[in-house]
Amino acid sequence: MQRAEQRDEVEMLALMLLIRRFEERASQQYQAQKIGGFCHLYIGQEAVVVGAVAAVRDDDYIITAYRDHGHALARGTSPNACMAELFGKATGCCQGLGGSMHFFDKKNHMYGGHAIVGAHVPLAAGMAFASKYREEDRVTICFFGDGAINQGSFHEALNLIALYKLPVVLICENNLFAMGTSVKRSTSLKQIVDRAEGYDIPGDIVDGMNFREVRDKLSEIVTSIRKDPHPAFVEIRTYRYRGHSMSDPASYRTKDELEKYRLDDPIIRLRAQLTREGKLTNEQFDALDKKAKETALAAVKFAESSPELPVEKVYDYAYLNGPMEPGRPRPADLEQKRREGAPAPKAQS
Amino acid sequence: MREITYRQALNEALAEELERDPNVFLMGEEVAEYHGAYKVSQGLLERFGPKRVVDTPISENGFAGLGVGAAMVGLRPIIEFMTLSFSLVAFDQVVNNAPNMFMMSGGQFNIPITFRGPNGPAHQLGATHSHATESLYANAPGLKVCTPATPRDAKGLLKTAVRDDNPVLVLEAELLYSSKGMVEPPDAEVLIPLGQADVKREGSDVSIICYAQTVPLAIAVAAQLEEEDISAEIVDLRSIKPLDEATIFNSVSKTHRAVIVEQDRPFCGVGAEVCYRIQKNIFDQLDAPIMRVSQEDVPMPYNERLEKFVLPNADKLMAAVKKVCYA
Ligand SMILES: Cc1ncc(C[n+]2csc(CCOP(=O)(O)OP(=O)(O)O)c2C)c(N)n1
Repeated sequence: MQRAEQRDEVEMLALMLLIRRFEERASQQYQAQKIGGFCHLYIGQEAVVVGAVAAVRDDDYIITAYRDHGHALARGTSPNACMAELFGKATGCCQGLGGSMHFFDKKNHMYGGHAIVGAHVPLAAGMAFASKYREEDRVTICFFGDGAINQGSFHEALNLIALYKLPVVLICENNLFAMGTSVKRSTSLKQIVDRAEGYDIPGDIVDGMNFREVRDKLSEIVTSIRKDPHPAFVEIRTYRYRGHSMSDPASYRTKDELEKYRLDDPIIRLRAQLTREGKLTNEQFDALDKKAKETALAAVKFAESSPELPVEKVYDYAYLNGPMEPGRPRPADLEQKRREGAPAPKAQS
Repeated sequence: MREITYRQALNEALAEELERDPNVFLMGEEVAEYHGAYKVSQGLLERFGPKRVVDTPISENGFAGLGVGAAMVGLRPIIEFMTLSFSLVAFDQVVNNAPNMFMMSGGQFNIPITFRGPNGPAHQLGATHSHATESLYANAPGLKVCTPATPRDAKGLLKTAVRDDNPVLVLEAELLYSSKGMVEPPDAEVLIPLGQADVKREGSDVSIICYAQTVPLAIAVAAQLEEEDISAEIVDLRSIKPLDEATIFNSVSKTHRAVIVEQDRPFCGVGAEVCYRIQKNIFDQLDAPIMRVSQEDVPMPYNERLEKFVLPNADKLMAAVKKVCYA
């Protein structure tokens, strides 16, 4: 028992390191203009998703907002597929069609990657509704930022979730800011967790810089939900070290504040806990970190050398089985004709 | 006249209207302390204070509705959407409340509100963040929609929108915020009426009808066409609704050929409407079928090459012009 847990925690530390090193590389590649669009980094918040993933089963549903690289990596999406997605390549987790804000990985039960603030919370309700409907003991873990709690979709979803007693853990990753707006300026509550009270959903506050605290609280909640489906709300207090996105200098907060949180770094903290307990040596930590850096670098190389989808492929992804208009060739039919050696009919516009 | 950016022009329009009318206020996400996600409201909080320049939580449906309510009782709100893609969260307020009130109340409540923000695909923002909303909004009776392409038009149309007694959407071109153009000095009042297109370039062989982000595209293509001895006239719609039929018809009656280039998707789009009106009214003037260049009818992919393939571009526009010119 003791040994299993020990192995587990070191593995989870390795996962946090992977997310951190991956994102440092992503940041560098963004600056080199290898990555386009918006890119939101998760650096500083790693213990939240890794703590949650450590507490749930692999087949539990996970859904989040646009700051989603860490969630996919924690879920088991390969760093290569994640980096390739950022590069817009066909080998990406969404074939380069989604980009940074829209990571999906069905196989690993990662249901996105949603870039409209608050819009995915009703989806979590739907996923949990389906598991309850099918009488599965699956739990849906829905992550969102402190900025999302003032959206109408969030409120409507919370009421539905509570009303139907859906097996959802609502995780508010409270990093104190929505872009440049601090929670104090956006929300009429003393603390975010009080939102849950209005919907009669039990709420907790957890220190998101402490991996163990996140994992233990989530384990307790998930165990209870599996016995008897119900919602739960957890405000996890964390901090993002970088700007809101790559283009945000984050001048709305002080260096001192940032430094305070950096000293409380979730990776340093778990490392110290493990070292103190004799479960991790400095050499072991260095080896883990080296491996994370190598994996991130290898992902960049993989992404760089990967192909892009051919442009005509865009028509294949508006509808499954192609456009619905009569007389218009379906991509599947075009493909079939191509295989049969006939000249491909031109797509209409 | 002096040269300023599209962003500065909008900023001046906001400042001048806030200055002119105490009932005008600006509200939206990050508009005050952060000076706007795209810095359009730079300096306005400092100048007009937090009562007139108001930061909101991420609650588009809420603050768009707040704007409509405030307009019902006499204020003149300017509601900024961080981008028009996010206005979809507030669709009910913009499409169901703002434009219907006047009819439903038997003329008791007009809604003098301006909804504004960057609209249209920017660069690799993916499907959720790349919406061009002009045809969605132009479809709703009771709404007016304009889409400036130059700093001067941006300033003049925004100021007019704020003074209009009906709900007006000013759909700004995200990719043009840093573009420059000549605008009258701040003390000269620049007002451009809604429903007035502008011929941005005279020509005799073909009319390219465009707006917003497709105006610079059309101008570039017209220069290329010149080298091939095709003289293109560029009609910048500026307003989608009301639509300036006269300017469109005059141009097409002169060139006898028309290509419409829009940044939006094709189905039930602005191009379809313009095309209908041309053929209905001046069919005899046409020497060739009207062509339309739009986005491909698919959600926007993230990949850069695929996005370019989906968007209207110079090659597509060239090909369409040559086709109508039988060149
Ligand atoms: C409906 C909607 N409005 C506005 C935006 C623009 N936007 C993107 S992220 C963001 C801030 C969200 O902050 P929060 O929910 O706290 O998440 P965090 O960025 O801290 O992870 C805003 C305003 C959006 N994506 N969707």
